[in-house]
Amino acid sequence: MRHLIGIEDLSVAEIEDLIATAEDIIANPDKYSKVAAGKKLATLFYEPSTRTRLSFEAAMMELGGNVLGFSEAQSSSAAKGESVSDTAKVISCFADIMVMRHFKEGAPMVASMNASVPVINAGDGGHNHPTQTLTDLLTIKCEKGRLTDLTVGLCGDLKFGRTVHSLITALSRYTGIRFVLISPAELTLPEYVKSEVLDRRGIEYVETTSLDESLPELDILYMTRVQRERFFNEQDYIRLKDSYILTVDKLSLAKPDLCIMHPLPRVNEISVGVDADSRACYFKQVLYGKYIRMALIKMLLEEAAK
Amino acid sequence: MTVDEIKNGVVIDHIKAGQAMEIYKFLGLDKFDCTVAIIKNAQSRRMGKKDIIKIDSDVVPDLSVLGYIDHNLTVNIIKDGANVSKYHPELPLEIVDIVKCKNPRCITSTEQELSHVFKLTDREHSVYRCIYCESKAKN
Ligand SMILES: [Zn+2]
Repeated sequence: MRHLIGIEDLSVAEIEDLIATAEDIIANPDKYSKVAAGKKLATLFYEPSTRTRLSFEAAMMELGGNVLGFSEAQSSSAAKGESVSDTAKVISCFADIMVMRHFKEGAPMVASMNASVPVINAGDGGHNHPTQTLTDLLTIKCEKGRLTDLTVGLCGDLKFGRTVHSLITALSRYTGIRFVLISPAELTLPEYVKSEVLDRRGIEYVETTSLDESLPELDILYMTRVQRERFFNEQDYIRLKDSYILTVDKLSLAKPDLCIMHPLPRVNEISVGVDADSRACYFKQVLYGKYIRMALIKMLLEEAAK
Repeated sequence: MTVDEIKNGVVIDHIKAGQAMEIYKFLGLDKFDCTVAIIKNAQSRRMGKKDIIKIDSDVVPDLSVLGYIDHNLTVNIIKDGANVSKYHPELPLEIVDIVKCKNPRCITSTEQELSHVFKLTDREHSVYRCIYCESKAKN
């Protein structure tokens, strides 16, 4: 049984297949409207994440399938103390595929070891969130036309941002990728990501604290939010949260074909004025997220039928 | 001090002084119904002091965990009083319920019935990671 727990579960070729399927879905949505007819997707959200859950549910519906599930732990059997293993076995009797978001790292892995249907990890604590990474890759492919030969700027909280670590890991498998890591000194990329991913694969990167100086050379700018809960004291948070705000003025320094991305929700790291700029891709990114999830559900349902 | 030579079984030699009891526990020798001799602080030219474990048994226990504990140990397999095989243990690909995951955010911290499984992810640096949360194993 195939599952998607971490992005490394997929080979480069499989990711390319998923992207190709998603591009075909975008071009010919009617062709895919019955792919999951008669199938059910269970969304098991032990931790609320409305955006991710709705993206999966919309994806399943557009494939002609149905959805069921819960959106917080309090309304589920977990509140009565049922283990993830047992829940996975029970849900396997109701659904053809399941999506799990959990506050504990590794919970979807435990589910996959006990389920008899495919399990998709929709975020396990600060650990993995592979469909976000797939979303990011599809966005880059559709907006830039390629996943190679790109200067990718990552800005904000690079220390705790799992989406950033996962995107770096995924993009490091392509040729000609160069990273510009833009963050305050307190929130730089962890040493292990540099040594185990970038250095090991010989990927070129620079670290800087200046967004302004980096902007002119970037093909992609991936903005992240600086989360309040990451800080021990309020002063540090307030001092840092405004350090890296993308404004219309700053954008005048950037290439005309820059692609600005953000995993959303944003707080204030991209000013609303930027939204009207053609380089703003973060809302399109949400749409791409639905399409790549459609491609993923289709792939896993087909694999399960084999 | 001397302990009688064994006829059939295993001699684990070159154990770091003081580590014999830990290995005794990891191998589950307390559950084995056979004669086990633990020699502590034996003289060693190479190590100064070392521990040795002699297991007198026709059935050889699962020794795969030894590579995780210390791959500089020497394992001697004894058959009919003769040393038939002598080797340093290899790093096992997987260790189950030997070390516990210490990450408080890991699913193993709340679901008690789960086995604590670590996989070898970096042979060069002997790195083991939890299969659930990917935290490094710490002794
Ligand atoms: Zn763990």
